[in-house]
Amino acid sequence: MVSRREDPVSLAVTCAVNVHGLCRRYGERVIIDELDLCIGRNEFVALLGESGCGKTTLLRALAGLDAADAGTIKRAGEVAVVFQEHRLMPWLPLWANVALGMESRTGRALARNALGEVGLSGRENDWPRKLSGGQAQRVALARALVREPRLLLLDEPFAALDALTRIKMHALVKELVARHHPGVLLVTHDVDEAIAIADRILIMRHGRIAVSLDVAAETENGNTACLRANLLNELGVDVPRFAHA
Amino acid sequence: MQTTGILAAEVFAVPDTAEDDREPRADSGQESRKHRVRAIARQQRGRRGGSLGDRGFFIVSWLVPLTLVALWEIFARLGYIAPQILSAPSDVARTTWNLARDGSLFTHLGASLLRAFAGFVIGGTLGFFLGVLVGFSRLAEAVLDRSLQMARAIPFLALLPLVIIWFGVDESGKIFLVTLAVLFPIYINTMLGIRQVDPKLLEVARVTGLTAWGRIAKIILPGAMPSILTGVRYALATACMALVIAETIATDKGIGFLVMDAREFLQTDVIILTLVIYAILGVLGDSLARWLEGRLLSWHPNYATEETA
Ligand SMILES: Nc1ncnc2c1ncn2[C@@H]1O[C@H](COP(=O)(O)OP(=O)(O)O)[C@@H](O)[C@H]1O
Ligand SMILES: [Mg+2]
Repeated sequence: MVSRREDPVSLAVTCAVNVHGLCRRYGERVIIDELDLCIGRNEFVALLGESGCGKTTLLRALAGLDAADAGTIKRAGEVAVVFQEHRLMPWLPLWANVALGMESRTGRALARNALGEVGLSGRENDWPRKLSGGQAQRVALARALVREPRLLLLDEPFAALDALTRIKMHALVKELVARHHPGVLLVTHDVDEAIAIADRILIMRHGRIAVSLDVAAETENGNTACLRANLLNELGVDVPRFAHA
Repeated sequence: MQTTGILAAEVFAVPDTAEDDREPRADSGQESRKHRVRAIARQQRGRRGGSLGDRGFFIVSWLVPLTLVALWEIFARLGYIAPQILSAPSDVARTTWNLARDGSLFTHLGASLLRAFAGFVIGGTLGFFLGVLVGFSRLAEAVLDRSLQMARAIPFLALLPLVIIWFGVDESGKIFLVTLAVLFPIYINTMLGIRQVDPKLLEVARVTGLTAWGRIAKIILPGAMPSILTGVRYALATACMALVIAETIATDKGIGFLVMDAREFLQTDVIILTLVIYAILGVLGDSLARWLEGRLLSWHPNYATEETA
């Protein structure tokens, strides 16, 4: 298992976001401790870690929602976020939710397109309350992608969905990211989700990126069992290694 | 999203009426099937309330008040009720007709409505802007909120002597009382509505780069609207009350004048007429509130009327 340290200078050009020496404390508790991270343009990164290890804190810092105590965050361009809850305005029709913050003349047409991309064409004028959980999360995805972000941050966006809907969402996200090619950071607690969807998997521990694994390099002939067992072991779940190899 | 007491009662949905229509089990036979059908029929009857349909309930709901009025008329005609105590409905109707024919009814009604309208507009505007100010700014809260809350605690009936000294007996004093009655409920509910907007939605404003004005127009005001309209409902009720009190100040027109005049001459029929007028005003105010809710809150599951935006 290789733990990769990012070199901030040489990678800066190719990074959708480049984090160097990031620190974040709540009172006395250090949540993020000298964290370095680069997410490449067009790279899909999944972030795993125990509950409460600081994944959301990191994501909020990347989104600019919280200030850092120390360190630098360099962003290549616009950042978009999808939260665990859809966070749609119940009083705005779907198109206005998607076009939020955009110029009103172009916003509506772009929003209609974006809704079509997530499979909700013809629903532009519906209220959000008419949507299922999966549909609402698709609208949140459309709202994020319609502004063509350089960096897309996803904080456990599928955690509240049922298993079948989640699998469909994986395919949809993959397809959309291939078309819009932002750098992606997907926070998840689901190892299989991370393997299915990401180019690179990170594990966060003690406020840092403890493990960074390239999914393609760690997978032999499409067999992900070994990678899966390794990841689970890193996360403190006791699985016999190579059990299914 | 905040749910007020009034709204909460409407959340309960009608239970799902889908019937379980599986075939009865093979061993249970014809008899059990009959049993089942009968049980379902009984259940459905129970839901609709016996043989009465929606129409039946509608008729019954009007039958009761109409019967009461008819009994009142009969007992008044038979002389069991003295006309000074309670005039017969037909006498009230005749008085109404007479007052309407010489136009005085409309003069008085117009004068009262004008007072209510002026007070509502002034108080509503002031209350809304104060609510917005205090809702957005901690500084404005520190400066204004305590004083407003203390002023709110004074029952406006108790202000009557002061109002007469300040404004005399002309229109301004009456409008002032209605203004006060409207100002506080609108202020409180606007301020609370703004404060209660979900901070998670405001975070979305930040990550989507919404401007300050966009934030107010697209998130804060619509989010506060259910609370603001609850304030409007309250204000309509308190405005009506303030109007009744304000019109006891010496005046020569208005519904209040009709009442005072009728009391002097023991005209019970006119007094009853004014009660009916106040009731009608109350119902109209309620319809106004409902109309506003239908227009401004059609996104809200509790008020949903339309299919799409
Ligand atoms: N606003 C806050 N104030 C104090 N502590 C917080 C706050 N937000 C999160 N924390 C703490 O920071 C830690 C990391 O939280 P979080 O980033 O949400 O974890 P994760 O998303 O990995 O589950 C947790 O232990 C949590 O208790
Ligand atoms: Mg989290």
